[in-house]
Amino acid sequence: MQATTTLLIDGLVYASYLFIVSVGLTIVFGVMKILNIAHGGFYAWGAYAAAYSIGVAAHFGLPDWIGFIMIGLSSLCVGFIFGFLIERLILRRLYHHEEVIVLLATFGLFLVLEDLILLVFGVNPYFAYQPMVYLGSVEMGGISRDVYSLSLIILACVVAFVCWYILSLTKWGKILATVIYDREISLAIGINVTTIYVWTFIFGATLGALGGAYIAPTISVAPGISIDVIVLSFAVVVIGGMGSIPGALIGAAMVGMLRAFAVHQFPELELFVVFAVMAIVLMIRPEGLFAPVKARRI
Amino acid sequence: MKKGIFRSGALTLALGAFIGAPIVTTSAFAEETFKVAVVSFLTGPAAGPFGEPGRHGAELLIDAINDGTMPAPYDSVGFGGVQIEGIFVDESGGNAKQVAEYRNLIEKQNVDAVIGYISSGSCMAIAPVAEELQTLTIMSVCGTPRLFEGNDWQYTFRTQAHAVADSVAAALYIRDQLGDVKSYTGINQNYAWGQDSWKFFDIAMQKLTPGSSGSDSPQFPKIFAGQYGTEISTLLLEDADLVHSSFWDGDIEAFVLQASVRGFFDKKRFISVAGASAVDNLGKRFPEGTVVGTRGEYGILVREQEGELNEWFIDTYRERYGVYPLESSYQYAQTVLALKAAMDKAAAESGGTPNEDQIIAAMKGLEFQSLAGNVSLALGNGHQAVHPIGYGITAWDEESNSPKLVDIRIYPTHCILPPVNQMSEAWLEAAMPGADC
Repeated sequence: MQATTTLLIDGLVYASYLFIVSVGLTIVFGVMKILNIAHGGFYAWGAYAAAYSIGVAAHFGLPDWIGFIMIGLSSLCVGFIFGFLIERLILRRLYHHEEVIVLLATFGLFLVLEDLILLVFGVNPYFAYQPMVYLGSVEMGGISRDVYSLSLIILACVVAFVCWYILSLTKWGKILATVIYDREISLAIGINVTTIYVWTFIFGATLGALGGAYIAPTISVAPGISIDVIVLSFAVVVIGGMGSIPGALIGAAMVGMLRAFAVHQFPELELFVVFAVMAIVLMIRPEGLFAPVKARRI
Repeated sequence: MKKGIFRSGALTLALGAFIGAPIVTTSAFAEETFKVAVVSFLTGPAAGPFGEPGRHGAELLIDAINDGTMPAPYDSVGFGGVQIEGIFVDESGGNAKQVAEYRNLIEKQNVDAVIGYISSGSCMAIAPVAEELQTLTIMSVCGTPRLFEGNDWQYTFRTQAHAVADSVAAALYIRDQLGDVKSYTGINQNYAWGQDSWKFFDIAMQKLTPGSSGSDSPQFPKIFAGQYGTEISTLLLEDADLVHSSFWDGDIEAFVLQASVRGFFDKKRFISVAGASAVDNLGKRFPEGTVVGTRGEYGILVREQEGELNEWFIDTYRERYGVYPLESSYQYAQTVLALKAAMDKAAAESGGTPNEDQIIAAMKGLEFQSLAGNVSLALGNGHQAVHPIGYGITAWDEESNSPKLVDIRIYPTHCILPPVNQMSEAWLEAAMPGADC
């Protein structure tokens, strides 16, 4: 029982982490049809911005809870600045090109964002543990748990709810659905697709940055942290179906739970299970579990 | 194959013969530089804790030796009378990129020798290419014993003892200092270094502390994974008293941060084979009472050790870079010292600037004084270094407001490494014959 409880909590925490870092990727693909590899760069910049600002706050003796405000502000700043600039200056010029060209452009942007990190922050690691230490630990299932990691579950629920609310219950969501369905018809009926695209990209970038900013207190923020994240995010999004938020949720839950099971029972299979699930899903349902239905053009 | 100094030397001789002028080869070579590529992680998660400090260690010594400002016995100017030009190269990007980069260094940039390499994966990939291109290559940090066991490399050397020494010294320290360990488990990265470290530690523990039992499900997360919540839960659920880890780079720092909030270090004894960089980087966040090794007489282990070379290195390094030299700073500096010792020896024997064959002959079986101890290339047919390895327990020094190690024990080479011509694993399985420690 103790082991099962621990496994479930571990799986949920990891699934929440995966969902937070991959949901922005799936939203951008769903609306804009862009496989955005630069998403990893937003994650890294979010982590660095949060770690740096939390470090500055600690340096000036501000209370540890200020770190949570820094995490929010860092995500918003990174998302707005990079999201806006990249969409306006680069991606907008590529929408009429093939998807593979845009994919290569985002890969190039990912490398540029990585190098910018080296230029601005250097190679030495940054630590921003104050928010994690501030929340402390709690006894669950017979072992101690850090509350900060548990709060990832709440954050994932909030992100999922906000996405669902915006897409399902607001006018903005209906407009998005129209753009997703057909960009040309959306233009024809007077929807400002250009504005939709820029805000969608900013929203996706902010979610990527939020993933990095929220994880920053638990890791050594160092160059290269985004590489594994982008690989895992792709696995989750591919499993769930590219462009599907429920798909990202289910994909993250599957990978999180199976990985936790592997670590507890068969540690040597830890890495294998993530990609085994992806391979099996691709064999059975190449479009992913929850891929949005596509209209057939005639 | 192009060789900078060697090719230049031959050209000078040929031109000298052609114009009939008398040539003093030493002075002709002295105007040349010996190009050495220094490879370490300059980007990626290992850059901060390992790559940059390693580069700084090599850079500092190359400059000091070129200027002749090092203390004795390295106070002569240059390397066998020649100035070294260091080219600093990034180790990131995987083995295929490293092999391509290595070829580029030798074939296009006319590098005379290559030193460095942190990852065991890099070392295993580079050694065969070094043989193919017949270029002197000295590994600085990587730990897998497979590099020389089963391979007879001519051009490849390693100035760092391999993982067996780290693992046996760890087991000896546990036996001598902790004593009461009944069971143990491990968390190690899932590649050659992590797998080897755990395997050798497990065998050494079985032989040295027969009353203890090892876990049958140690953790092997992917290198640079960053998130260890599930692994920490599993380790906490295990009955093991002690957890062994060969984590290095940002992984040890992330693990310590995540585990310390969960009270992990209050419940388990933890031994870190190569995590000393995290002790300095995390400061007070690194838990006191942790057993930490530095893979040799390096870094925090010898910070208080007296000795002209060590004190000079610490002072000069701090003056130039503003921080204490870490484990990898010493490891890279040690490689530069080996090169200096070999080139000086070869120069003395040849009576002028040595060629590559003479330097390699001088390297084989070389014994030299390092910054805080002595090193001997006694294994691997004179290509693999042996040296003492020590461990200590972390504590906070209120006076200097910095971390330190206490209860330090340093184990001599015959206690931790097999004799010549014996395979490490067989030696360990046979209960380490000859190591009466």
